Amino acid sequence: MARRVLLIEDEPNIIEAVSFILSRDGWTVHTHSDGASAVARVHAHPPDLVILDAMLPGRSGYDILQELRGAEATRHLPVMMLTARGQARDRELALKLGATHFMTKPFSNAEVLDRVRALAGG
Amino acid sequence: MAVDPGRRRLAGGRIRARRLDAGLAQADLARRVGISPSYLNLIEHDRRRIGGRLLIAIAQALGLEPAQIAEGAGDALIDRLGAAAAARGHGAEDAEAFAGRFPDWAGLVEAQAARIEALEAQVAGLNDRLAHDPELSASLHQVITAATAIRSTASILVEGEALDRDWQARFHNNIHADSLRLAESSRRLAGYLEAPGEAAGSGALSPLDRVEAALDRLGHHVPALEGESPSLRPAEVAAGVPGLDASARQILNGWCDTYRADAVALPLDTMARGWRETPEPLALAARLGCTLPRLLRRLASLPPGIGPTRAGLVTCDAGGALGPRRALDGLTLPRGGAACPLWPLFEALSQPGRPLRALAAMPGETAPEVLCIAVSTVETGPDWAAPPRAGAVMLMLPRDALPEAAPRLRRAVGPGCRLCPRDGCPARREPSLLPASPRPL
Repeated sequence: MARRVLLIEDEPNIIEAVSFILSRDGWTVHTHSDGASAVARVHAHPPDLVILDAMLPGRSGYDILQELRGAEATRHLPVMMLTARGQARDRELALKLGATHFMTKPFSNAEVLDRVRALAGG
Repeated sequence: MAVDPGRRRLAGGRIRARRLDAGLAQADLARRVGISPSYLNLIEHDRRRIGGRLLIAIAQALGLEPAQIAEGAGDALIDRLGAAAAARGHGAEDAEAFAGRFPDWAGLVEAQAARIEALEAQVAGLNDRLAHDPELSASLHQVITAATAIRSTASILVEGEALDRDWQARFHNNIHADSLRLAESSRRLAGYLEAPGEAAGSGALSPLDRVEAALDRLGHHVPALEGESPSLRPAEVAAGVPGLDASARQILNGWCDTYRADAVALPLDTMARGWRETPEPLALAARLGCTLPRLLRRLASLPPGIGPTRAGLVTCDAGGALGPRRALDGLTLPRGGAACPLWPLFEALSQPGRPLRALAAMPGETAPEVLCIAVSTVETGPDWAAPPRAGAVMLMLPRDALPEAAPRLRRAVGPGCRLCPRDGCPARREPSLLPASPRPL
């Protein structure tokens, strides 16, 4: 069974591009665009990896990450944060809150693929 | 004027340096001032103290004022030269000799060191401003988002295996739409940066900018001002922060005074226990018997591990001018009269004493919602005739920071009119620079 990636991102064209490259690589990709209901979505259908944008409608990615890390079921779930801000303080905040990996936009497709394979296994 | 013995002992070095500069042999100078060369040699090696008529005579012979020999360069100049040398990893032991022998060059070095320090502070402040300016942050986010979509989609088209026609057409359309968005966002961003007086790169930082940069470096928490016996007084903390001019130091002094008063009233252990057991500001203020403004300020100046995980704070006076701000996850209010007047901070000004709690929503689907708790402040004037000083304080917390449900009151706020795309806002003062969003705001 294909491994599942949940992409929590609100920008339609980024969703389409990332979904395409991951699907082509054999991953089952689910997407979710609303920050407020993102945690419930993760618990309802637990993925093998979450790709989480930092700025989402309704709730910030940092808050979502914090809540995921506070729940037993998702404490160790691999979460890769995507952010348009690459400053040290943003990276530190993401890692401090429990992000498994931090990636700055604009990213390369190869970079995303490599990291997904490394975090969730091929 | 009394001369410090330590300085005076070094007068010999200055005499020797000046004599050599003048091309005089020891014997020549000794003869001119009526002493033996051996005695002059002892003076030059600081084995004999010098003063009175002999000091005057040697100074005249060397074309100096007696004070220049007796006192050398000013202590302050020497200290600054030493500090400049030490800051760049050099020893400071030759600073006095250098200043005594080459006073003009020493003055130049000192001035350049001060200039470097000021420029470094300015660069740090600009970095801070780039990180905290919500207008710039929102604009940059639009540009980076469009660039990300274009890069990822274009890579699929050029690097991957052959795509069917439908996918190709779809990706081409996406790139076209994103390129238009990128072009428009870039043009607006350039216009914002080039706008005089408000842009991030628009010149010297204000004293408030410098104070905020200094407070950010401190994490808005000052251990030296905590406890029953603080290790420093507020004025000493302000005096110890580098890169501040007199105006900035005065602002920081006031901030430190308030901080110390808050720390005395609400010690760290009280705050730690209080927030753990009553994580709701209004209830906690009542429990601790303090005013709400004091508690809000204190909640935004606690060390990691005590109080809210993340917090921001903004204060203003009755004229709407903001004091030193603490941003929440990069979000804060812009200064210079550019802030959106719909923030609860300003609403509190019109409702003295009434605490306000609202979820402030920035425009755009990706924008954060911030839990704001605001209340007005009033301080009695110093005499019967003086008017009271009114203002407001607003604590900013992540949307779900409090365990209870989010407040029903929701305020649609913005970063300021110039980069706020809300249509039909009753508080709009000027047109927006931003392109209209294709999606609902």
